[in-house]
Amino acid sequence: MKQHLIVRIGAKLLIPPIMLIALYVQFHGDFGPGGGFQAGVIFAAALILYGLVFGSAELCRVAPPHIILKLMAAGWLIYIGAGFIGLGLGGGYLNYNVLSINPMTGQHLGIFLVELAVGITVASAMLVIYQCFAAHQRVEPADDEG
Amino acid sequence: MELFVNITLFTFLLVTALMIIRLRDLFAVVMLSGVFSLLSAGLFVALDAVDVAFTEAAVGAGITTVLFLGALRLTGAVEKPPRESQFVPLAVMTGLAAILIYGTMDMPPFGLAAAPIHLHVAPQYISGAETQIGIPNVVSAVLASYRGFDTLGETGVIFTAGIGVILLLRAGRHTRRQHKGDAA
Amino acid sequence: MIEFDFVLAHYNYWAAILLSTAGIYVVVSRGNLIKKIIGLNLFQVSVFMLYISMGKITGGTAPILTGKAEVFSNPLPHVLILTAIVVGVATTAIGLALAVRINEAYGSIEEDEILVMDRVLEQQDDHAQ
Repeated sequence: MKQHLIVRIGAKLLIPPIMLIALYVQFHGDFGPGGGFQAGVIFAAALILYGLVFGSAELCRVAPPHIILKLMAAGWLIYIGAGFIGLGLGGGYLNYNVLSINPMTGQHLGIFLVELAVGITVASAMLVIYQCFAAHQRVEPADDEG
Repeated sequence: MELFVNITLFTFLLVTALMIIRLRDLFAVVMLSGVFSLLSAGLFVALDAVDVAFTEAAVGAGITTVLFLGALRLTGAVEKPPRESQFVPLAVMTGLAAILIYGTMDMPPFGLAAAPIHLHVAPQYISGAETQIGIPNVVSAVLASYRGFDTLGETGVIFTAGIGVILLLRAGRHTRRQHKGDAA
Repeated sequence: MIEFDFVLAHYNYWAAILLSTAGIYVVVSRGNLIKKIIGLNLFQVSVFMLYISMGKITGGTAPILTGKAEVFSNPLPHVLILTAIVVGVATTAIGLALAVRINEAYGSIEEDEILVMDRVLEQQDDHAQ
């Protein structure tokens, strides 16, 4: 769709605000509606829009699949790790009270970490799924048997 | 007013569902399912579930539609007319709907504050979000703190689904390349 | 004779049930795999509506604390459904990927055509033995 001027300019105008909204939703999720799940999906939507307009090869250049794949695993590992930090500091698994001297600050820190982890995993998983569908070429069945 | 909004949205949803059943052009059906998601996001706002509405609008109307279009590109966009008679499924579904509606007769009325669901852990969560956790968004507090294990598992499901799609759609390409390598 | 109040107190549940049976009807009666997944999505969203309807309190507001004394709708169904939506799109993606692979293997995503092909293949196997 790169040759359509309106689509191209429109996408270029829209993508940065969408990413900004994703970050806002991620980090303001404690105070208003939002959180890691929504932010991840919105961030992925921005990159998918980029891929739709400028082609999946261009998207692969901006967001290389091997890095996205590692991020997907990293997000979940951050979540698991956040649980183990609580365990190491003398609380239960995923107990954020012990993360700081003040239990409420600890909760803030824990929720921030966990939401960030969820956001990273969701964004990269959605992106990986889109890239898989976009990069897949239509294979005729006769081709497979030959 | 709330009632009017609810009933209007439900009417739209039912009409959309009916068109999804009737149409055989899958491209139109995918678009309608996006419309269905957006309408249901509106309904969730009317039912006070702003976080859910947010997610449904972003996921259902955005990502899901793109994924369906991506799959249609790889499969084909027209559904063949059903060969068998539609009478049996229709009868079974009517029966199922009747049984389920009979099951709702004993349910507490819609919006009743004294319903059992509102008396168990929800009041603790709402007061705890203020006194124990200190963040205003109760949904975030429950999601990340009170029910952290749930969310851990669900993040794992999303991760696994990502891996699954990679295995399904990329594995074929890999084996073909290996075959070519063997032949050479 | 059903009273009007009774209908008002339950129409949300009934609408969700009607929508969900419409979803299962698509899954059961249509042979196209993509259409089946769309039906499954329909069913899924209707179940979400049922859950959220149960969490609603009349005169309540969204569960975001403002410092004022207010009635808040139940946040628990919101949490369950919010994660279920994202998990739902992930599983939908798996289903679509499977449909794409089936299309590559059989050249069709119509259920009855796939069944016919399977039967032919089985008969060929029997003859070979």
